[in-house]
Amino acid sequence: MAKTEIRIGGLGGQGVILCASVIGKAASIYEGKHATLIQAFGPEARGSACSAQVTVSDSVIGYPYVTNLDILAVMSQDAYNLFAPTLKPGGTLLYEEELVKLGDSLPEGVKTYPIPATRLAEEVGRRLVLNIVMTGFFAGVTGLCSFEAFRSATLDSVPKGTEDLNLKALQKGYEHGTKLIAAT
Amino acid sequence: MKADPKGVLTGVHFMDGDHAACEGAIAAGCRFAAGYPITPSTEVVERFAARIPKVGGVFIQMEDEIASSIAIQGAAWAGKKVMSVTSGPGLSLMMEHIGFAVWTETPSVWVDVQRCGPSTGLPTQPAQQDMQQIKWGSHGDYEIIALSPNSPQECFDLMITAFNLSETYRCPVFFMMDEVVGHMTERVEIPPADKIEVTPRKYTNKKPSEFTLYATTQDDLAPEMIKAGDGYKIHTTGLTHDDRGYPVMTAAAQKKMMDRLIEKIRRNLHKLVDVRMDNCDGADIVVVSYGITSRIAQAAIDEARAKGLKVGHARLVICWPFPESLFREMASKIKAFVFPELNMGQMVRELDRAVSGKARIIPVPHAGGTVHEPEIILNAILEAVR
Amino acid sequence: MTTMTTCGEYKDLDIQNPVFKVLRRERIPHIWCPGCGIGTSLNCFARALAGCGLNLDKVAVVSGIGCTGRVAGYLNLDSFHTTHGRAIPFATGLKLGNPELNVVVYSGDGDLFAIGGNHFFHAARRNMDLLVVCVNNYTYGMTGGQVAPTTPLGPTQTTMPYGNFEPSFNLPFVADACGATYVARWTIYHVRQLAKAMEEGLLKKGLRFIEVLCPCPTLYSRRNKLGDGVDQVKYYKEKSVIKHGADTKEAQLTFQGEIIVGKFVDRERPTWLESMNKHLCAALGDSYAPYGS
Repeated sequence: MAKTEIRIGGLGGQGVILCASVIGKAASIYEGKHATLIQAFGPEARGSACSAQVTVSDSVIGYPYVTNLDILAVMSQDAYNLFAPTLKPGGTLLYEEELVKLGDSLPEGVKTYPIPATRLAEEVGRRLVLNIVMTGFFAGVTGLCSFEAFRSATLDSVPKGTEDLNLKALQKGYEHGTKLIAAT
Repeated sequence: MKADPKGVLTGVHFMDGDHAACEGAIAAGCRFAAGYPITPSTEVVERFAARIPKVGGVFIQMEDEIASSIAIQGAAWAGKKVMSVTSGPGLSLMMEHIGFAVWTETPSVWVDVQRCGPSTGLPTQPAQQDMQQIKWGSHGDYEIIALSPNSPQECFDLMITAFNLSETYRCPVFFMMDEVVGHMTERVEIPPADKIEVTPRKYTNKKPSEFTLYATTQDDLAPEMIKAGDGYKIHTTGLTHDDRGYPVMTAAAQKKMMDRLIEKIRRNLHKLVDVRMDNCDGADIVVVSYGITSRIAQAAIDEARAKGLKVGHARLVICWPFPESLFREMASKIKAFVFPELNMGQMVRELDRAVSGKARIIPVPHAGGTVHEPEIILNAILEAVR
Repeated sequence: MTTMTTCGEYKDLDIQNPVFKVLRRERIPHIWCPGCGIGTSLNCFARALAGCGLNLDKVAVVSGIGCTGRVAGYLNLDSFHTTHGRAIPFATGLKLGNPELNVVVYSGDGDLFAIGGNHFFHAARRNMDLLVVCVNNYTYGMTGGQVAPTTPLGPTQTTMPYGNFEPSFNLPFVADACGATYVARWTIYHVRQLAKAMEEGLLKKGLRFIEVLCPCPTLYSRRNKLGDGVDQVKYYKEKSVIKHGADTKEAQLTFQGEIIVGKFVDRERPTWLESMNKHLCAALGDSYAPYGS
């Protein structure tokens, strides 16, 4: 019964929920797994802390909240400070390297994967697609689902007319991820 | 009757419970909804407002929940399948109109995405604290039906059941979600329209001169219906009334009406049982649950079973009417029930009444604001076997 | 000898009162007190219904709670006696559920403007297609004569035992300010004008508002030593001034003072449904089929 518990953290407006949604969709619709997404609801505003939890499993998911965090992807320092200590020992941390500085509060054995996602998003054309770069990076590092599943889920989730841009962003992040994995 | 394909968003979606509930309502034939913004239910009507113009129907955001809960009843008498959607304080404002829907026998679905109270409480956090309010919140005696989904998929599937039951029994049907189920996103499969069975409104074939609004037969205590504008020139009232719908201010008329309306549900209790049983036969302990808590309980049950304990799970899908006889019979075969709820002990009162001392009951109350820790439920199971 | 039944039917003559067909005669006698004006207003409304030329299968009436709330029960229409204050939102659902209905809300001042006030404001703001007839007897009759939002300054009510000190609503002004397309006030002395206004109201679109001043001899008049029903009708006759087109700001009622009556507002505004259809046609194009047409 393989179960992966994921948290995505960042700032309101960065597209945290969309990133989580693409992961959940890739797993549950395009890869035949089960996925449950829970967003932190609160008086959310642009620039405030925002996070989403995704559980992906081969079997039916009961308890919907993350309790044993396998993978954390963060796009802001606050999100890192808040959630990094909740990673399980030996877990996986993905982080936007220009927005997040690693501290010494990481649990033992956590594998860390940096990405200049904002810069890569700018290279693709728009800083706004940071979240999809991050999603592609997630796909490349974790291999949770096939790239094809992530691709379909992205196409299914982004506004009409922005598909090309977002697919480029996904690809960019994915390549960065697979390169890091190949190097380790 | 099959669902109208125009309203059915056939396909596989990654959707939250609020949106899935809305899709279920539209698939079931709901063409009028009225609501007032309130967290965490607002997404249901937001989606309805976006979707319904393309399907052929109306959404109106009323000035408050009192207005919403009676506007839907006007639309029901005009021939529409209707729902209102609310949470917490909004549900409290609707109480009087539950009684009006009961007494005038207006088919209507009432969606309550439960949040944490009392008062403004924790608007964005879950609870299951309205379970007794819907049954007793309107003054007077009455029977209602209530369902509790535990996933976005069930928000879709059971919503169709909710609409169908409200047509069959001509009573308000409550759809008791909670913040977690409402805001949780999962895979939701919406079948093709021809795989969705919807119950049409039971319109009369009689001519106006032969039709009596609340005439019923011994076989079916739910009367036939008409729609305003078809020439029946009916009268209905929240006052105690006779078969014509005319006010009659006597204890005898009251008794006749009350007996029929209570009997309309109680006589059909056997048809209104939906308890999803998992290994209850031969179990020592049965965990009773509903809504989101059933998923939390399952985690605890899995752990208990791993320890070799014989634990069954009885999940209430229809919470009202409470399946008394089922639990009365079960009580003599097991040692104890464990009943976790996101409230201080509401439906467990019903279980207690049904079981009347024949088995031990361990309630697992919760103040709300989040879900139970599975360990707390596990500890209750362990206590039950001791 | 010609014999007349309790509800005014001449058994052996081949003539029939034109209002018979719009009344539920099996429900008469009605519950109202001798001298009460609600029945007179109902008679005017019955005449308007009989004379308006509308298909009465498509006219529905909705009442709230109170003495006037009982009107729905006496009309041979699809008729709904709802909850206290909520006739307008029920009627809103009824109209939107079946737009071919001509929906009339017929209720009292307490029902429509105290407990139900908010609903009136919003229905008028939206220009919901409803005719709202408000019978104003300045008091809560059904519950025994308590102060209402329409009670003028001065008179005694059971909950204002030393005289009312709360300012009252000027209903035509409220309706006007909220956007009603038709605003008129008459008293039950003005039966012909009232019936005509009701007919106009039935045939117009949008939120139409008619205030009907009406005696409550049992409670309001007796407690304030105003005589019986006839004395109040005399007061209406003597103190009413017809001012069509009057500025509704000037239509404030005072205790036994001058009464400005007439048709104050008659204007066109798109109804809620018209606005919705027009807007959604523009916004959604061919994917939108105008609702209710």
